[in-house]
Amino acid sequence: MTATPPDTKPPVITPSRVIAGLCLLAPFVALLWVNSYSRLTPRFIGIPFFYWYQMAWVPVAAALTYAAYLLVRREERVRKGGAGK
Amino acid sequence: MKNDVNGVALGVFIFFFLAVTVVGFMAARWRRAENALHLDEWGLGGRSFGTWITWFLLGGDLYTAYTFVAVPAAIYGAGAAGFFAVPYTIITYPLVFLFLPRLWSVSHRHGYVTSSDFVRGRFGSKSLSVAMALTGILATMPYIALQLVGIQAVLDVMGVGGSDSTNWFVKDLPLLIAFGVLAAYTYSSGLRAPALIAFVKDALIYIVIAVAIIYIPYKLGGFDSIFNKASAAYAVKNPKTGLPRGAVVTGPKAQWAYATLAMGSAMALFLYPHSVTAVLSGKSRNTIRRNTTILPLYSLMLGLLAMLGFMAIADGVGKGIKGYNAQLAIPQLFENMFPSWFAGVAFAAVGIGALVPAAIMSIAAANLFTRNIYKDLIKPDATPAQETRVSKIASLVVKVGALVFVLTMDKTVAINFQLLGGIWILQTMPAIVGGLFTRWFHRWALLAGWAAGMAYGTWKAYEQASPTQAHFGGSSDMIPWIGEKGYIGLTAFVLNVGIAVVLTLVLNVVKAPSGVDETVTADYVAEPEESGPSGSPQPGEPGVPGLPEPAGA
Repeated sequence: MTATPPDTKPPVITPSRVIAGLCLLAPFVALLWVNSYSRLTPRFIGIPFFYWYQMAWVPVAAALTYAAYLLVRREERVRKGGAGK
Repeated sequence: MKNDVNGVALGVFIFFFLAVTVVGFMAARWRRAENALHLDEWGLGGRSFGTWITWFLLGGDLYTAYTFVAVPAAIYGAGAAGFFAVPYTIITYPLVFLFLPRLWSVSHRHGYVTSSDFVRGRFGSKSLSVAMALTGILATMPYIALQLVGIQAVLDVMGVGGSDSTNWFVKDLPLLIAFGVLAAYTYSSGLRAPALIAFVKDALIYIVIAVAIIYIPYKLGGFDSIFNKASAAYAVKNPKTGLPRGAVVTGPKAQWAYATLAMGSAMALFLYPHSVTAVLSGKSRNTIRRNTTILPLYSLMLGLLAMLGFMAIADGVGKGIKGYNAQLAIPQLFENMFPSWFAGVAFAAVGIGALVPAAIMSIAAANLFTRNIYKDLIKPDATPAQETRVSKIASLVVKVGALVFVLTMDKTVAINFQLLGGIWILQTMPAIVGGLFTRWFHRWALLAGWAAGMAYGTWKAYEQASPTQAHFGGSSDMIPWIGEKGYIGLTAFVLNVGIAVVLTLVLNVVKAPSGVDETVTADYVAEPEESGPSGSPQPGEPGVPGLPEPAGA
């Protein structure tokens, strides 16, 4: 990711992109696997698990997307600094 | 239903309505640019909105009055199945994080106003871009009509207009006034009007939800009691079908439907023209990215709002009334629970919540018409000033069309079309999102895939029967080969992609002309400062001081 020679393209797959991708993928796995949370207990202040678990994913997914944003932005900066225009 | 006019609530409602009307007209002067006649100004707010304005605009746009009424109404009607709106609005953001920044960049470079503009530029195909534009307009119209259904529900419960009066004019007058005012300020202020009003709308909504989610459970004896009453109500079997009304958690049979509905809706959300319009009004690529991290705050609110559906059951709203209109459940709950003045605030929140998206949707549909039908097919040499004028008039036509739709047809027609709209808009994904990443697809193959997806989706949706409707009774059907019930839109989408892939391979073999691509790879990652016509000269990284926190709560 450091100074790339001018005529070779930087690699498409980099460690930070992979991590960013995983951050973005996690909510899909968690929420589309309905069987993993389709139950009543444990309840939270009387709300069945099914509901509070999915709502709890809102801040978690937002934090993961934010992490992906930071990773991608950092890499873009490095690329710009390294390869110039 | 018999209802006396609730004077205090009505007074508060009218106060807020007048306030946003003033704001709407003043918006024309807000952040005005030199060239007010360019379509970028009226139709995209000058492409100048920063992170927070875009956040309010998108929030006001995506979480509509209809959502506020329909999501709790679905929970009220059937329980867990209606909650899919929450996972749907969670996974939509990681998804769009991948493609919206690319759409923003390429549109900024080439001055695209709509996603169909992009499709035309990318694939050099007017037939494909017109198909996308028509799909967008068709999917948006019933959506605007449904915003009216939201306002009507509120007016009904307040005892104004609604189903009691016999004279159609008296009955619909409040709605006509509301829409007349909306049409007037959208015409004069363009996208700036809903952007400013969205602040008022969201502030009201957040206050109402915060109060409702604490105050109502307190009055109903806590969530334990609410869910116990709700389970008892869901267990009651429908004498006609012998099936229970609903369930508090999704049964094993309903899980595929739940997951595919969430996934399909998440994919569709940002293909709607009104989402694209709001996204393109942002001033930089990072404005969009940051928004995908703060927009989930609205999803949290939606989840809390969904809880109101259970509360309406626990409170006994509509109990014992045959064929009770579930859409009225939430407004009715507000009226039962809150003192009159706060019920007025809540009704105003729903009412204004209908005006913001209706304005943005009509602007988006008007932009599609102007750019991809008027300019591409009728008058290719239209000047920007002419485009703006056509767009303004088209926005009026779209709204009048929606109004006629709601007044002359049964409400279920609007809801059926909305269901179809979701299926239809999903069929634009291969061309738009596919096109953002690769030029591999052949334009004719995309067109064929689109046509197949549209036809299959419409046919299957038509076939669905429910206890109350012979057709369009639901959005799920057996998925071929998998043998589980799933969202029709997603099945149609898979068919669409399959056909596009196969035909692309065939068309490449026979060397069918693939059209001219006016974009280059670098366009898709372009930043505002290195850009063309309307680039706002932002210094370097548009680092907003105090970068927004990820929407924790």
